Amino acid sequence: MRIKNARGAIALTAGASLALVLSACAPPMDEEPGGTDTGTDTGTTEPTGDVAEGCEDYAVYGDLSGKTVTVYTSIVEVEQVDQEESYDKFEECTGAKIEYEGSREFEAQLLVRVESGSAPDIAYLPQPGLLNTIVNDFPDAIVPASAGTEANVDQFFSPSWKEYGTVNDTFYAAPLGANMKSFVWYNPSIFTEKGYAVPTTWDEMLALTDQIAADYPDSKPWCAGIESGDATGWPATDWIEDVVLRASGPEVYDQWVAHEIPFNDPAIKSAFDVADDILRDEARVNGGFGNVATIAITPWTDGGLPILPAGDDDPQCFLHRAANFYQNNWPEGTNVAEDGDVFAFYLPSIDGESSPVLGGGEFVAAFRDAPEVAAFQEFLSSDTWANEKARVTEGGGWVTANNGLDLNNLATDFDKLAAGVLGDPNSVIRFDASDLMPAAVGAGSFWREMTAWFAEGKDTQAVLDAIEASWP
Amino acid sequence: MTTSTPPVTAAPTKAGVQTRATKLRKRLSNPWASLAAVVIAILWTIPTVGLLITSFRPEVDITRNGWWNVLKFWERPTLTLANYDQALFGGQTSLANYFVNTLVVTLPSVVIPISLALLAAYAFAWIDFKGRDILFVAVFALQIVPIQVTLIPLLTQYNQWGLSGTFWPVWLSHSMFALPLAIFLLHNFMKDIPPSLVEAARVDGAGHVKIFFRVLMPLLVPAIASFAIFQFLWVWNDLLVSLTFAGGRPNVAPLTVRIAEMVGTRGSDWFLLSAGAFISMIVPVIVFLSLQRYFVRGMMAGSVKG
Repeated sequence: MRIKNARGAIALTAGASLALVLSACAPPMDEEPGGTDTGTDTGTTEPTGDVAEGCEDYAVYGDLSGKTVTVYTSIVEVEQVDQEESYDKFEECTGAKIEYEGSREFEAQLLVRVESGSAPDIAYLPQPGLLNTIVNDFPDAIVPASAGTEANVDQFFSPSWKEYGTVNDTFYAAPLGANMKSFVWYNPSIFTEKGYAVPTTWDEMLALTDQIAADYPDSKPWCAGIESGDATGWPATDWIEDVVLRASGPEVYDQWVAHEIPFNDPAIKSAFDVADDILRDEARVNGGFGNVATIAITPWTDGGLPILPAGDDDPQCFLHRAANFYQNNWPEGTNVAEDGDVFAFYLPSIDGESSPVLGGGEFVAAFRDAPEVAAFQEFLSSDTWANEKARVTEGGGWVTANNGLDLNNLATDFDKLAAGVLGDPNSVIRFDASDLMPAAVGAGSFWREMTAWFAEGKDTQAVLDAIEASWP
Repeated sequence: MTTSTPPVTAAPTKAGVQTRATKLRKRLSNPWASLAAVVIAILWTIPTVGLLITSFRPEVDITRNGWWNVLKFWERPTLTLANYDQALFGGQTSLANYFVNTLVVTLPSVVIPISLALLAAYAFAWIDFKGRDILFVAVFALQIVPIQVTLIPLLTQYNQWGLSGTFWPVWLSHSMFALPLAIFLLHNFMKDIPPSLVEAARVDGAGHVKIFFRVLMPLLVPAIASFAIFQFLWVWNDLLVSLTFAGGRPNVAPLTVRIAEMVGTRGSDWFLLSAGAFISMIVPVIVFLSLQRYFVRGMMAGSVKG
């Protein structure tokens, strides 16, 4: 009897798994992602919108039929869909095949692949620091940018962007997409209702903060969250960087990043104090979550959500400093517009005149010396790609620092705002400092100490000294 | 002949076991013990239940408050299948594709190490050759090598052999990582079988092959099944090995890799993870529940003997 039961159980499992295999096999391995099957009649000039007519723009890349370029990146679905779609035209016109692979473990896995000799042809590096590591540790693996790529970057990007893709005077990686981090999210309808004006100087912003605190005694003006798994603390570093850029200026910022001045320099300390004034004032934070210490345990993805009121209640929070990509975190159906549910304004400068911008972005590095790889790298740095990408990103949420981009191709007003600030010649753009600092600081002590700054209320000077002591 | 020996030696211990079992049963049927067991079981299950409930809640509710708010039935909480829908069909490649990949990864990764380990275990247990003990200790000692240190050298080797982008690196790696423990467990279990059985078969003229298949195999079923479950669960749930050796390409990436990507580039879709977790859990749960009898019996039998 017992044995019979056991046999029955095995049969059951075997049957169940067989059924699963069969049902899973039922739909045939369907078509290639990206819809390359539409490209059977390559070279025909069908009008596909007002950006690119036919293949004229792609003629410079020549005929690459039968060639394959593998791309490895940290950009996964949903953004991956638009990313791949923006290569369709290139594939159709040149005959090359782009094999796209996205992974959230990109930063660790890329190094593993490079070290074991299976580097992808093209990788999108999210940090210049990673490029630095690769060039210094694996100089034979990475290929300097092709001449065409460099020409494109000279033409379409500001010199500072080119510099982030340069290591030891050799230009390796061209910028791809960009982030614009100096934004404060707010609720436009409340602003209209109460007659609040979007602040244009830091003092106006503090005045607005006090005004809100007086008008809504049950809420707090600001909210923030810096919890992000094993990267907890990074949103706080962005906050600090934005303030350093404003309080101490871009020159001090550059020295700070390069460690020409120590991390606990008085100039940095004074910037921390400016941030302290908002972020560690119980009267000003943490709307919707509780006291100052909750900033450390609130997931950064949720940090700004109290701006959206639940039902007819007053919002719990009114201002949230976060990058343009925070717009993906608003729940589905949220109208991101100047007259919608949420929108963002540029985090004002302290002097009210300069316009410093904290940015970020991906960089396209090549790992194989071949014409098709060089052609694809060149394509990604061109205005053709920037406009094509803007055109296929129908939902918005993508910008670039490529000034060949026609802003009218961007899908949303918010993207136009972000791209406008990034492309503005008066903007003083600086790259995210923690991405440029050595990993022990930029992805280590800076994150940890910022978390302690909120969670334990650690003294600012002690935080600065601890980070300085950890600098390798 | 073969059946006459075991009952003689087993009879007294069997009686002992029975009295111990009755004693244990008496002690366990104490209402307080039952209560404690029920409380522990409930505490143990709460996180899983919470995850299950979360997987049916709409995104807005998940981000706004905890799953226990569903219990406020007077507020009419909404439940939805939208998370499952998005997890299964939301991606460019249907999740069914990754499901097949996981099966294709898992089955050979279970069969290969067990087949090899059975042969090795037989040799270690019943064939007397020079250096047997040292070799066995060496194999056993391989268990302490952390798989993380082998990743880059192995990947380099696979690339030189031109295996990257296929299932072979994953199959081979899983087999390698499983073999030391498989050999150890199966060896101990084989050693446990009374030598007289094997000797009797040998006297009757059976060779190694016949002894292996006719005498030992039927007795080894619980041990094989228990190790198979063990290995099955480990391979099914593995992320590190497949991420390193298969990568994220849709043609080889298993379910775990896809589910890890599900949260999106910046982690904003984390609410999908609850649904994804339950989808990937179905098969292991079926396998475990239907074979758990073997699991407990086989693990105990193999491991208590030195």
